[in-house]
Amino acid sequence: MKGNIVIIGGGIAGMEAAKSLISLGYSPIVVESSTKLGGHVASWYKLFPDMSSAKNLVSRLESEIKGATVLCGTKVISLNRLADGYSLKLSNGSVVNASALLIATGFTLFDAKKKEEYGYGVYDRVITNSDLEAWFSEKKDARVPDEPESVGFVHCVGSRDLKACNAQCSKVCCATAIKQAIEIKERFPYAKVYCFYMDLRLFGKKYEDFYINAQRDYGVQFIRGRVSEVGETLDGRLQIKAEDTLSGKPLKVQLDLLVLMSGIVRNQSIGELSAMAGLETDSDGFLRSIDNEYAVIESNRPGIFYAGACTGPKTVPETVAEARSAALAIHSYLETL
Amino acid sequence: MTDFGFTLSKSSTLDLQNVDRERFEQLCKLEKGASVCIGCGSCSATCPAGILSGMSVRKVVLAVQRGQDVRSMLQCCMLCGKCTMVCPRGINTRNLILSICSIYG
Repeated sequence: MKGNIVIIGGGIAGMEAAKSLISLGYSPIVVESSTKLGGHVASWYKLFPDMSSAKNLVSRLESEIKGATVLCGTKVISLNRLADGYSLKLSNGSVVNASALLIATGFTLFDAKKKEEYGYGVYDRVITNSDLEAWFSEKKDARVPDEPESVGFVHCVGSRDLKACNAQCSKVCCATAIKQAIEIKERFPYAKVYCFYMDLRLFGKKYEDFYINAQRDYGVQFIRGRVSEVGETLDGRLQIKAEDTLSGKPLKVQLDLLVLMSGIVRNQSIGELSAMAGLETDSDGFLRSIDNEYAVIESNRPGIFYAGACTGPKTVPETVAEARSAALAIHSYLETL
Repeated sequence: MTDFGFTLSKSSTLDLQNVDRERFEQLCKLEKGASVCIGCGSCSATCPAGILSGMSVRKVVLAVQRGQDVRSMLQCCMLCGKCTMVCPRGINTRNLILSICSIYG
């Protein structure tokens, strides 16, 4: 059993960690609850800031983890502590013993229906960031009009919102909104595009360039005010209300499409796993690392490590870096056994 | 004094170190939420009185922070509570408004 590693979650964190562990000479087992690998990134169209293809990243990783045992459509049913590792019972009936576990379960996108005032699932022209990514890839969504005259993006839907029980910033949505606003402008150059924000947080490498491009080259209009409510007009357009806080006036605008930037919340299935494994959760609901400065990938249990958004919102490069670092940490840990 | 035909304008600079914070600190004791406002404007956007009267809870909170007199700014409030419903920071704006009224008399 020594050297047996189980990775729970087959998104980019789990895949990248598997790839690194293979190169270190291990044969990890990747347990993925959905039917395919790649997690959220697999359903994304392009990644910021280089606009590279998300699907290419996932398919490249898939080809690079041929040395791993991948179990899709499989869940962990129970998890027991052994003297020198863990025993996992899987939903396919098998039992696997592992010396080390990597939790790479990622996040869940906030359910935009919970913000009733934005009318997701009520009005035909309201979609989410992930709906728009799917539309970029597949061009199939009756809610997206053929020639929209005006499109709005609402930042911070279900993040930085105590009413939605999530006080934290989801970190990636500001850059995603600007990316999607640019992509909309590329498809519909004559559409007016508005971003409604509370604060713009473009902290990453070249994100600010994105913001400048959106302003200068695409004419995206940035309105500093949080949308308070959305209604429908008689002709099926959307009427939205916000305060234009910089001019200090209430603002209204009619739109043909409203995109809600659903935030990142903890993976809704992580509760069972953390209870089974005795893993602690942090005050933000995500898994609690040993500390949040120096040991983000380490859990409170020996031999259990974290990578990616199971410990909080992460960008793609952060997730990949954590996955590699977790693989090395697992390697060091196994050497000590 | 010789009249040269022009006057000096009064500076409109906000002199931050001399701003009177006493009322804002009083307000924070009565309504703790006052200190966590991020000025997103949700309250003002949803305010049924704001469209016609120009009233804005966001502006009132900022004005109290800046030590300005806000007595006339809340006259049109009907205490309907819509602002309380939309505040992302969960501020009890109804208590906030009543607290401001009690402080300023």
